[in-house]
Amino acid sequence: MYPSDLKYDREHEWVRLDGDVATIGITHYAQDQLGEVVYVDLPSVGDEAVAGESFGEIESVKSVSELFSPVSGEIVEVNGALAGAPELVNESPYEDGWMIKVRVADAATALDGLMTADEYEAFIAGEA
Amino acid sequence: MRFVPVTCEQRERMLAAIGVRSAEELFAPIPEEARLKRPIALPEGLSEVELAAELEALAAADASGLVSFAGAGCYDHYVPAIVDAVVSKPAFFTAYTPYQPEVSQGTLQAIYEYQSMVCALTGMDVANASVYDGATALAEAALMAARVTKRHRVVVSSTVHPEWREVLRTYARGGTIEVVEAPAASGVTDLEALRAHTEGAAAVLVASPNFFGCVEDVRVACQLAHDAGALAVVAVNPILLGVMEAPGVLGADIVVGEGQPLGNPMSFGGPGLGLFAAKAEFLRQMPGRIVGRTVDAEGKPGFVLTMQTREQHIRREKATSNICSNHSLNALAAAVYLSAVGARGLEGIARACIAKARYLHDALLGTGRFERFSDAPFAHEFALRYHGDVEAMQSAMLERGYLAGVHAARFDEALAGVVLFAATEKRTRSQIDAFVEEVASL
Amino acid sequence: MSTDRTYRDLGRLIFETGAPESACVTPPALDVPEPDLQTVLGDAVRREPPALPHVTEVEIARHYERLAGLNFGVDTGFYPLGSCTMKYNPRIGERACRLDGFANLHPYQPAESVQGALRLMHELQEALAELSGLPAVTLQPAAGAHGELTGLMVIRAYHESRGDARRRVLVPDSAHGTNPATVAMCGYEVTQVPSDERGGVDVEALKAALGPDVAAIMLTNPNTLGLFDENILEVTRLVHEAGALAYYDGANMNAIMGKVRPGDMGFDAVHINLHKTFGTPHGGGGPGAGPVCVRESLAEFLPDPVVVKDGDRYVFARPARAIGRMRSFAGNFGVLVRAYAYIRGVGGDGLAEVSEQAVVSANYVMARLKDAYDVPYERSCMHEFVASGARFRKEHGVRTLDIAKRLLDYGVHPPTVYFPLIVDEALMIEPTETESLETLDAFVDAMRAIAEEAEQDPDRLRGAPYTTPVRRLDEARAVKEPDLAWRPTETAPREA
Repeated sequence: MYPSDLKYDREHEWVRLDGDVATIGITHYAQDQLGEVVYVDLPSVGDEAVAGESFGEIESVKSVSELFSPVSGEIVEVNGALAGAPELVNESPYEDGWMIKVRVADAATALDGLMTADEYEAFIAGEA
Repeated sequence: MRFVPVTCEQRERMLAAIGVRSAEELFAPIPEEARLKRPIALPEGLSEVELAAELEALAAADASGLVSFAGAGCYDHYVPAIVDAVVSKPAFFTAYTPYQPEVSQGTLQAIYEYQSMVCALTGMDVANASVYDGATALAEAALMAARVTKRHRVVVSSTVHPEWREVLRTYARGGTIEVVEAPAASGVTDLEALRAHTEGAAAVLVASPNFFGCVEDVRVACQLAHDAGALAVVAVNPILLGVMEAPGVLGADIVVGEGQPLGNPMSFGGPGLGLFAAKAEFLRQMPGRIVGRTVDAEGKPGFVLTMQTREQHIRREKATSNICSNHSLNALAAAVYLSAVGARGLEGIARACIAKARYLHDALLGTGRFERFSDAPFAHEFALRYHGDVEAMQSAMLERGYLAGVHAARFDEALAGVVLFAATEKRTRSQIDAFVEEVASL
Repeated sequence: MSTDRTYRDLGRLIFETGAPESACVTPPALDVPEPDLQTVLGDAVRREPPALPHVTEVEIARHYERLAGLNFGVDTGFYPLGSCTMKYNPRIGERACRLDGFANLHPYQPAESVQGALRLMHELQEALAELSGLPAVTLQPAAGAHGELTGLMVIRAYHESRGDARRRVLVPDSAHGTNPATVAMCGYEVTQVPSDERGGVDVEALKAALGPDVAAIMLTNPNTLGLFDENILEVTRLVHEAGALAYYDGANMNAIMGKVRPGDMGFDAVHINLHKTFGTPHGGGGPGAGPVCVRESLAEFLPDPVVVKDGDRYVFARPARAIGRMRSFAGNFGVLVRAYAYIRGVGGDGLAEVSEQAVVSANYVMARLKDAYDVPYERSCMHEFVASGARFRKEHGVRTLDIAKRLLDYGVHPPTVYFPLIVDEALMIEPTETESLETLDAFVDAMRAIAEEAEQDPDRLRGAPYTTPVRRLDEARAVKEPDLAWRPTETAPREA
């Protein structure tokens, strides 16, 4: 449910660092809470992502949630597939359902303060 | 009259089940100082017989059944009998908003069909389930254009109905948008002057026919808007869309209008309905309810309220509007009306209005008591300057059973002496001849 | 709505009915010369006729009769939709608004020709002033949300007239979504105030939230939990001490007539939903009307026009410093006529009985349901109460939505669900005073039967409803593949 190679934030986003590019999406728990995702509003390539701030919105039929970036940096890619197939967020939250890729300034410290998979699981157990 | 079916004995049983001795105990949380310590100071209730007589007496104190040449946003069209037969069905008028689609398919499908008809008339891709009226539709369109363009200032032509412009300015009081008015020349928008205001604007708002009944160059107005990166918002009269080009074809991004002429009685100005339609790309910024077609769990076709995340009950302070209703029953009337007349009927009605307005216009000018206000082409309404005291003329004509137009001075002192006349398909040649003869004899 | 027959032609559109050459209404023969359209309109002549239906009158009659058969209204059955006050709609109002002297009036007729209509409006203003305890009234707003916007714009104008720029409006966490949405349209920022453990405004949190930049608080009382806030006088006092004004969302007025008035609770402005409290029909979503009543100090800011009495004559007048206009013309007059008829027919004493019975009926239903459903606030309610289905979700995986859908099979319109937001799996139940004890008991029986089903056969609930014209609809598809208008080239979705 919560891959150990990812890091997690308290807003239920995950991040995977590959060199200096961080891929960001929402967790299995988050997509389950939302229900069927019907729309994802993503930023444009070239926009700036700021850690802890909103980079987009995700909608189910009767809810809207903001998406928060766990890291700061320039957005270098967005997942265009979600426009036509938002359900990918439900079906494959960690792979096909990713949302944005962000080039971070300092890869060594970019994920500082984020949770490990075990910590995140304990966190959501407390939230439920 | 009394609509409480619970008997005294039943009420005692209910109180016992609750565990209180009197209803008063249930109101205990109301602080003593705030309480109303006297009976409500309204007259006692009436029996239905008495009430009916009182209501009839009030209605009889009004002059109705006048031969009307008044328009200015509210028009005396014929309402086919089938319209009232449909909107009088309790399953339609006693229902709430169709939030439970399984038991609301009647309302939902009727709205979907209404939306389809509004799209057909306006040449737009999507329409909402209606808003309160044409004026609030215009204001909502301005707010929507500001969201779409992320700009702040809207430019409205001063030939748009003065009350609509005032509603726009009132909606703007919170600082959410800034309203600039573009001047008119001889009853139509001064397009060159308009161009001077468009830079950086969120929207250009025009009406055609406009307040004076004149036909605007919508194509050019839309082009001016687009040249500046603004949205083009066009207000229409839906009856005239039977013969007038769909604004969508002319470049409009949002089309609004007052839907009252479509099968709704004048009713002293309300309720009518606000038509609201837009291009598909702006769907997510539209205000108001929208119905969509889908399927149920067994694959049967069905309808639901959709795109609800735009609305206040979900998005709260970030919603596209605070509107929490639509004029559903009036939209139903409009849909039944449009079904009843069809495209050919609508064209015929529009042609009849235009022909009668032209006939009236020429006849009034022929009396020598009026002069032209504008040389621009007009449809079913026009403005003339009266040589004389307009109020006295209208008053004298009222005594003779006529509504002699609308004096534009009620909106703007600068328009003293200018009278708006409208003619619908209901007016006959003999009524017009008699009216003009009476006016000439004053 | 009938539940014992099959439904014909589901989804068949009026566009797909009738022969292409069919028509219902034909315009009268033209008795004046017809001008050449091209000459009159020039470039503006339409080239393609609009794709409208082509049907005969009998086809229209049958189409809409079929659609009506798919609808549930107050006349169909019990409609305990919390916060919506789905009471019976007296038919005298329907007749009254169609009287020739009301329905066929032009809004710009000279005042001397509409004395009956103006008098009706003036008397309605007076009646609403008496019921609200606030003397100045505008009938212009077309709906509750429109009334909120009007009231807040008036409050804004009041502050501005004193050179007092304020920027925040307080809204409790239990509020209707219209409240924060209205605040935003008015150019203010929302500050949310939490509820206390008794369901009222948390007074300490209110004190912390108040400040010199607060323009107003928006409250309903009884609030959306159906509870009367016992601290209301302290709340409005604190608000006034901070220089802010108190706005009352009159959505729940049906609970308090004859007992307490918003003005006497310390509120400065209130809107009243005529389509709730005064029995005017909801119309499948509108039209309603949301008149606003304000304190004397705010009267001069009300929108144009109000009706005033000048000697023995009634006229429209523009308040001295009117905010402008909230819509064209004077209001939803047809709705005002119905509300006037209701108030006049029921009378002052009758209105007090209405509120008392609405409160008794809600408490009765709550008392009979509270061992089967959790009621999160253990106190007497006003005209509605909120229950929670959280236990069923936790223990049986049954959601409140499932309970609501199952009620449809029992011939009852479900309560409001998932509102207010501060109650988990909320069911908001408002029986209204126009329902008989027999109807209330049948509802209680249905709710209890469903609670049992939730324990014994939860799948039954998850698949409900079974007896309605259509089953649960694919709302996700409706968003992802928007089909919002019929087009001439399209065909309907095929049955699977």
